[in-house]
Amino acid sequence: MLEQIIFSILCILSFGFAAKRFLFISRNISLGVDWTPDSTPSEKWKNVIFIAFGQKKMFTKWLPAILHLFIYIAFIFTQIELIEILIDGITGSHRVFLPILGSFYLLIINFIEVLSLLALIGTFVFLARRNLLKIPRFQSVELKGWPALDALIILLAEIVLVSFIFMMNSADVALHQESYQFILSGFLVPLLKDFDTNTLHLLERVGWWGHIIVVFGFIVYLSYSKHLHIIFAFINTYYANTKPRGKIENMPAIMEEVKSLLGISEASNDTNQLPDFGSNDVFNLSWKNILDAYTCTECGRCTEVCPANMTGKKLSPRKVMMDIRDRADEVGKKLDSGDVAFCQDKNMPLSSANFSDGLSLFSQISPEEIHACTTCNACVEACPVLINPLEPIIKMRRYEILTLSSGPADWVPLFNSLENNQAAWSLSAERSAWTADMND
Amino acid sequence: MSIQVPVYSTLYNQGISPEILFWVGCAGSFDARAQRVTKAFCTILNKIDVSFAILGEEEKCTGDPARRAGNEFLFQMLALQNIQTLNHYGIKKIVTACPHCFNTLKNEYPELGGNYEVIHHTSFLNGLIADGKLKLQGGGSFIGKKITYHDSCYLGRINGIYEAPREILEALDADLVELKRCKSNGLCCGAGGAQMWKEDEPGSGRINQARATEIISSGADIVAANCPFCITMLQDGLTADSNEKNIMVLDLSELIVQQL
Repeated sequence: MLEQIIFSILCILSFGFAAKRFLFISRNISLGVDWTPDSTPSEKWKNVIFIAFGQKKMFTKWLPAILHLFIYIAFIFTQIELIEILIDGITGSHRVFLPILGSFYLLIINFIEVLSLLALIGTFVFLARRNLLKIPRFQSVELKGWPALDALIILLAEIVLVSFIFMMNSADVALHQESYQFILSGFLVPLLKDFDTNTLHLLERVGWWGHIIVVFGFIVYLSYSKHLHIIFAFINTYYANTKPRGKIENMPAIMEEVKSLLGISEASNDTNQLPDFGSNDVFNLSWKNILDAYTCTECGRCTEVCPANMTGKKLSPRKVMMDIRDRADEVGKKLDSGDVAFCQDKNMPLSSANFSDGLSLFSQISPEEIHACTTCNACVEACPVLINPLEPIIKMRRYEILTLSSGPADWVPLFNSLENNQAAWSLSAERSAWTADMND
Repeated sequence: MSIQVPVYSTLYNQGISPEILFWVGCAGSFDARAQRVTKAFCTILNKIDVSFAILGEEEKCTGDPARRAGNEFLFQMLALQNIQTLNHYGIKKIVTACPHCFNTLKNEYPELGGNYEVIHHTSFLNGLIADGKLKLQGGGSFIGKKITYHDSCYLGRINGIYEAPREILEALDADLVELKRCKSNGLCCGAGGAQMWKEDEPGSGRINQARATEIISSGADIVAANCPFCITMLQDGLTADSNEKNIMVLDLSELIVQQL
């Protein structure tokens, strides 16, 4: 009975805390401006099924894709076992599905054991890739500190988790030789041959509790980690744009302004209320840009193919996404603090509309970084979960040029030529001068 | 041979509406190297008797570099004026030799009120070859030499056109060797996003030189390209990198013109 009470309390605490964190994150995402995806429902589901569920884009690199697939499938099928653990934990039963499912249950557990072993192999290879082989995309400067530790924690937790599963199962096999025919755990039983029934029972309990405590920990930890992608990959692919990639988001306010300047349409009345253009903070990114940031798994496939990054420039698309996430978390925490120090207008209550902490996206992302982008879309192409790192880069360029009237000095002559000559270069020759020696 | 390059307004005043508008672009109009591509393409159009015209002085930059630099105001100024001109003439079909112009005209103008059928000259020429309208005579200085193809970002990864240029190379009987990074994995030349008009940010190297190194290691003698900016960037990169073989970067139309 005591076990059931402790279990139920831990269960409520972890799920309750996780729920609180998800509310925090969804509020942070909603700090972004309104945005509607251009995709049709069938395109949305197609992306969820093929890109998120089917992991299609992972397979541009087959080795990590297969290893990741082991962990992914093991994770999905272990949910069956977790449901059983939850029922057992609350009701005090033991392997409640066994009498119901009979030999099918043995099949499932055996299948989960095989997947767990494959996941364990994947985990060891991943640890080696990060820490021994030192694959370049895992050595970038933006991964120093917490991101590298985060990756390490989760891989070690995976090893602990799988170890507890095998401890629990093999002790159970040793206790119930006839009915529990778990093949892989069966191989471990000779190791337990000297233990008496009480010790085996204790081992089974340690395995069972160890397993579920790692799971409860994971539920809480998830929202602080890049492992949030196990949920957000599905949401993010659902909302991903399917418009032509080369189409940069229009700015209707400026379009209308220019139309009235050119006499194409009537001037609107509220032109004196023009907002800030572009983005310098989460408040003027779209909510999808922030969702992108929370979805990022920090795999670095974007940065690996970025031509600016590979030639030693400071720009790293992954860092841009990580910085946006950190900023969203920071703003979220400060808003929750209720501290008047963060009020823009001290006479009004703190809110997302009345917030200023003297920081912005530019506090983390330098102009040098956003200036290095060639808009080649390699990062967009590379992302396995359809994150678009290019969009916030363009929005930050817009903020610099349109709101701050700054930007690279080299672009001033370009802008002048475009404005005065309607051409990218200022040349005295006429546009059609090249035809002179053709038409004769 | 006299090559005719009619101007749209002249034909329009005569009551003639050409089948296609050839959008020359800033590079194609002003850059000496890109002008050679423009002329090669016009030579092909004359040869096969396609009715076409250029906007001439009425053409303005599409606004691609302005928009990508973040100067949306300037982009809108240019784009909306172009759309006024294009709509005034009732233009339906545009062909351009620049993938940046192609992308902006095709993907960004519709939302501003400009709806046209926009074709990159690579696809256009490939269509003519496939339909038998453009007959290749064989030969050309590139025969017997190894040719590699550089996917520009704006034609390849951004607009998904990978096969048309390769089909042209096949029709030309060219000996194609692929670069290590090609198609959706193609490496940028370094010019896009208005980088063409600014110095590189501090780093350990230049993007065009990284691409030139890949080209040299492919063993190719000629690089086929489809973008005036790529042509400039790659040729510069190859020149800076000793380039003992004197590797030439040529537009697909410059290869085709050799087999007319």
